[in-house]
Amino acid sequence: MSEKKRQSRLTAYAAIGAAGTLVLSACGARAGEEDAAVAESCVDTDGDTIKIGFINSQSGNMAISETTVNDVLHMAADQINEDGGVNGYELEIVEEDGQSEPATFAERSEYLLTQECVAAVFGGWTSASRQAMLPVFENNNGLLFYPTQYEGLESSENVFYSGATTNQQILPALEYLKEEEEIESLYLVGSDYVFPRTANMLIQQWAEENDVEILGEDYTPLGSTDFSTIANTVAASDADAVFNTLNGESNVAFFSQFDDAGLTAEEMPVMSVSIAEEEVDGIGPALLDGHLTSWNYYQTLEDPENEEFVAAFQETYGEDRVTSDVMQSSYNSLFLWAAMAEEAGSFDVDEIREVADGTSIDAPEGEVTVDGETQHVTKTPRIGVINSDGLIDPIWEGELTDPDPYLEDYQWADDEEAAEYAEEAED
Amino acid sequence: MDVVLSQLVAGISVGSILLLAAIGLALTFGQMGVINMAHGEFIMIGAYVAFVMQGLFGSGVSLLVAIPAAFLVGGIFGVVLEQILIRHMYHRPLDTLLATFGVGLILQQLARDLFGAPAVQVSNPPWLSGSVQILGTNVPLTRLFILLLVVAVVAGLAALMAYTSLGRRIRATVLNRNLAETSGISTRWTDRTTFFIGSGLAGVAGVTVTLIGATSPTMGTSYIVDAFLVVVAGGIGRIKGAVIAAFSLGILQAFIEYSTTASIAKFIVLIAVVAFLQLRPQGLVSVQTRSLA
Amino acid sequence: MSTTATQKKTGRLARISAAGTSPGVPSPRTAYLGIALIAMGLLVLAPALLTPFELRQMGRFVCYAMVAVGIGLAWGRGGMLTLGQGVFFGIGAYCMAMHMQLEDAALRGEETPQFMGTFGVDLPWFWEPFHSPLMTILLILLLPAALAFALGYSVFKRKVRGAYFAILNQAMVFAFVTLLVGQQATLNGSNGLSGFESFFGFAIHDPANRQMIYMIAAALLVIMMLVAYWMMRSRFGELLVATRDAEERVRFLGYDPAIIKTITFVTAAVMASVAGAMFVPLVGIISPAELGVVPSIAFVIGVAIGGRATLFGPVLGAIAVAWAESTLAENFPSGWTYFQGLLLILVIALLPGGIASVGRYLRWKHRGEAGKPTSEDPAPSDPATSDPESENSQKEAAS
Repeated sequence: MSEKKRQSRLTAYAAIGAAGTLVLSACGARAGEEDAAVAESCVDTDGDTIKIGFINSQSGNMAISETTVNDVLHMAADQINEDGGVNGYELEIVEEDGQSEPATFAERSEYLLTQECVAAVFGGWTSASRQAMLPVFENNNGLLFYPTQYEGLESSENVFYSGATTNQQILPALEYLKEEEEIESLYLVGSDYVFPRTANMLIQQWAEENDVEILGEDYTPLGSTDFSTIANTVAASDADAVFNTLNGESNVAFFSQFDDAGLTAEEMPVMSVSIAEEEVDGIGPALLDGHLTSWNYYQTLEDPENEEFVAAFQETYGEDRVTSDVMQSSYNSLFLWAAMAEEAGSFDVDEIREVADGTSIDAPEGEVTVDGETQHVTKTPRIGVINSDGLIDPIWEGELTDPDPYLEDYQWADDEEAAEYAEEAED
Repeated sequence: MDVVLSQLVAGISVGSILLLAAIGLALTFGQMGVINMAHGEFIMIGAYVAFVMQGLFGSGVSLLVAIPAAFLVGGIFGVVLEQILIRHMYHRPLDTLLATFGVGLILQQLARDLFGAPAVQVSNPPWLSGSVQILGTNVPLTRLFILLLVVAVVAGLAALMAYTSLGRRIRATVLNRNLAETSGISTRWTDRTTFFIGSGLAGVAGVTVTLIGATSPTMGTSYIVDAFLVVVAGGIGRIKGAVIAAFSLGILQAFIEYSTTASIAKFIVLIAVVAFLQLRPQGLVSVQTRSLA
Repeated sequence: MSTTATQKKTGRLARISAAGTSPGVPSPRTAYLGIALIAMGLLVLAPALLTPFELRQMGRFVCYAMVAVGIGLAWGRGGMLTLGQGVFFGIGAYCMAMHMQLEDAALRGEETPQFMGTFGVDLPWFWEPFHSPLMTILLILLLPAALAFALGYSVFKRKVRGAYFAILNQAMVFAFVTLLVGQQATLNGSNGLSGFESFFGFAIHDPANRQMIYMIAAALLVIMMLVAYWMMRSRFGELLVATRDAEERVRFLGYDPAIIKTITFVTAAVMASVAGAMFVPLVGIISPAELGVVPSIAFVIGVAIGGRATLFGPVLGAIAVAWAESTLAENFPSGWTYFQGLLLILVIALLPGGIASVGRYLRWKHRGEAGKPTSEDPAPSDPATSDPESENSQKEAAS
């Protein structure tokens, strides 16, 4: 080995050694100690604008859905600004692209909170993106408004859930099927991820209690387009109805192959909880005609708030655009935050949380009130039937329902049952 | 018995989709050794051709117009890609893979900008709704149509390879490129034609998948890995291999799925193919080439 | 065609023997200076100049760079296009994540991670080893090594190469992700594992600890670069390049190419796994979305653009592409996709040696030498190119 070589190798070792020392010298708090303090908020209220963040996927496979949320959030912000802003401040929007990847959501939301110092963040769609952002908001004491209906079993001090939880969407759908359609058996089809898995777990428990037979439970990988086997088994099961928790493009394949298998909405209605006005067009109104959905909002609702909302949206983004439940929940979330901030007279997260309980707005779906304990909102369950124009007509309306993400008011949904169910699933 | 039959039918229809997606690859990858990752995007282009044709002709006849149109459009995209990119890289198959992945990214984004990110709807023609009874099981007409189309495509391709001068030129070029060239065959022209047909078949596959699935900018990615596996498992250079591989995988998938779930079935099938290829890397049907291998 | 290839080849062999090392391997002075500069930048400058947020982002890029070092070895030096690094990255990441989840559960005084509570399952058997920190680290190193060995050796023994190998890799990734997504009750499915509190006993959200984790990752990257350099310069490295360029000849000389390739593949796999393991505490989440077919190709893109067969190309390329992605893609999501696609096509088609070969190209021009870098030089990607005797130039089929 030449002298020079040795020298440079020594330099390299020295560098590694130095690095090692640096690494070890920088040890901070141990886990579980209390002093790992939450980062201080850096929200800037000196000027006459206040920053808020929108985080939606502008690229990737979720962009389809999330860009509509982004549109409607912008519209809400413009409307608020026209009315003089919040606490006298004009809203200034910082936008980030979640790129349909949970890790990106986590990173970009941290950017919004720590670099841009926004007062609140609006967005996220998939459960994965929400769970990825959760630790970021909790550690920076930020505020996230999550608009999508979801699987429940969660409540964070740093998140407001403006979409439905299970007792405002899944359970009403089941009640409707039992009371109005008088079903005695049900077939469950879903995409393989947390929302369908959790929803179906609840449905199994509910079914046992209500003497409804579950004839099958099938999951397909997200984005799967092959349903010939499932269509076969569904047809062979002769169930009274299908409960569909499939996500996105899988629905196109499912309904087309459901139709191919000779099944119709009259014989075997499909109750979907992930198909809204936005998706109907891609699947084809002809295939969906007569099938059921469960949401809290439909574009066809006939109240003045909704007519105003739809008119404003179509004026801004085009006559051919439709509005959906999640869009409406996103729209509401900005107004809810504005109302809470006005009530608190501040943008401070803790102060907003304090006044949250009981904050109420007149939303397109009707009156929406925040429940301070769970930070979810009240919702009116509505069953709709998809018509041949691609819109959804409400045919049944439940009572205004308080959020109950942990289903504490439902006797049958206790942990023991959950454990039993999980054991069965294991076998 | 009913179950066996119905799953057999399901498996065959899955297999026919796989085969349609893979048959073009069997030509471009199998015969020419070019890894075209944009093949999935050619399928997507075919699907959008079906969508555009539906707008022009209305659903009904549009399917019949769309099939030749998609063949042509897919083929033209293929030839253009071959002409400006791939032909410079014939001796670098791995680089072709990455470069065509880049092409795929661009085509996806192009579709997104032209047609929007959401899935568009291509409705099935009325004459394909409903189903027929075969051996006591319901076979949807769409599935039957796809199967017949696959049979027609494979038969046509086999006849082309066996009986036409183009087929002879392709086979000669595959067996020994230098010798073929020396014998007066324009290998350039043969390459371009092979690529045209292979990409055109991807377009046709795109039209048919609109009958069962969604039409969206990213749809191609869900077919590409499966399609490559079919070609590799079948054995490079033989269309017969791809046919056997596609139907065996389809039937395997359908039967495992019946007794487990779709996710597990998919996993088992993929692992089975990987394991199979470790034991028999030449695939089901291997071809003896006259070159110095 | 074969004549010209052979001529080029002879010329190149002559150059190789004259230079003493194969092209792409920098002299020790350049190499150590470069590594020292990168170490300086990552370990001293970055912590001093970047905000905590930017540092954490840098940490993510460092993880990609670690994967890139391995890909550079396997693909650039060994000709094995590893399109399945997502599997190994994922194994490392999930091992680490499972350990951290169990640590957090212990802090809360519970047996199982939170998400399992939803489905009321007991701790599955494959979680058990991850109670122990030592076992976790061992598994992060051993699991990918074992899988890469099992996958690689039998495949290389049967002379599967090039495209076949790449497609097998892709199938593995596809299978792996399908499996993960299906494990809702035991691995939280497509949501992945997130929400960590503790990293080997240190509070993960403490700024000082965050910096420590970043420093560990950066130091690991520097070590990997040193390892890669020593491998490149060693006799083994020469054999590896020889195997890439003329596998049959290496075999005739009495070496077993399968072993050479397997060792390299295993090394790359372990590097990816370590990268994945560091990704988890740095980014705070691992989910199947990070590991699929497309992310696995994305790992390769940086390497291709940077310069696959060089020492610095993969690392700098991976960091640059990741950085560009997070800044450009934010502002121009649609434009970025076009740009990325176009850049990939142009670099691969016109500059197969990557950006790293630009310098060499200019030097050649400057000296007025006749041979400028051609597509085969300095980075032949495929054995078929340069070895007409051993293989049919058009077909990759294993014999």
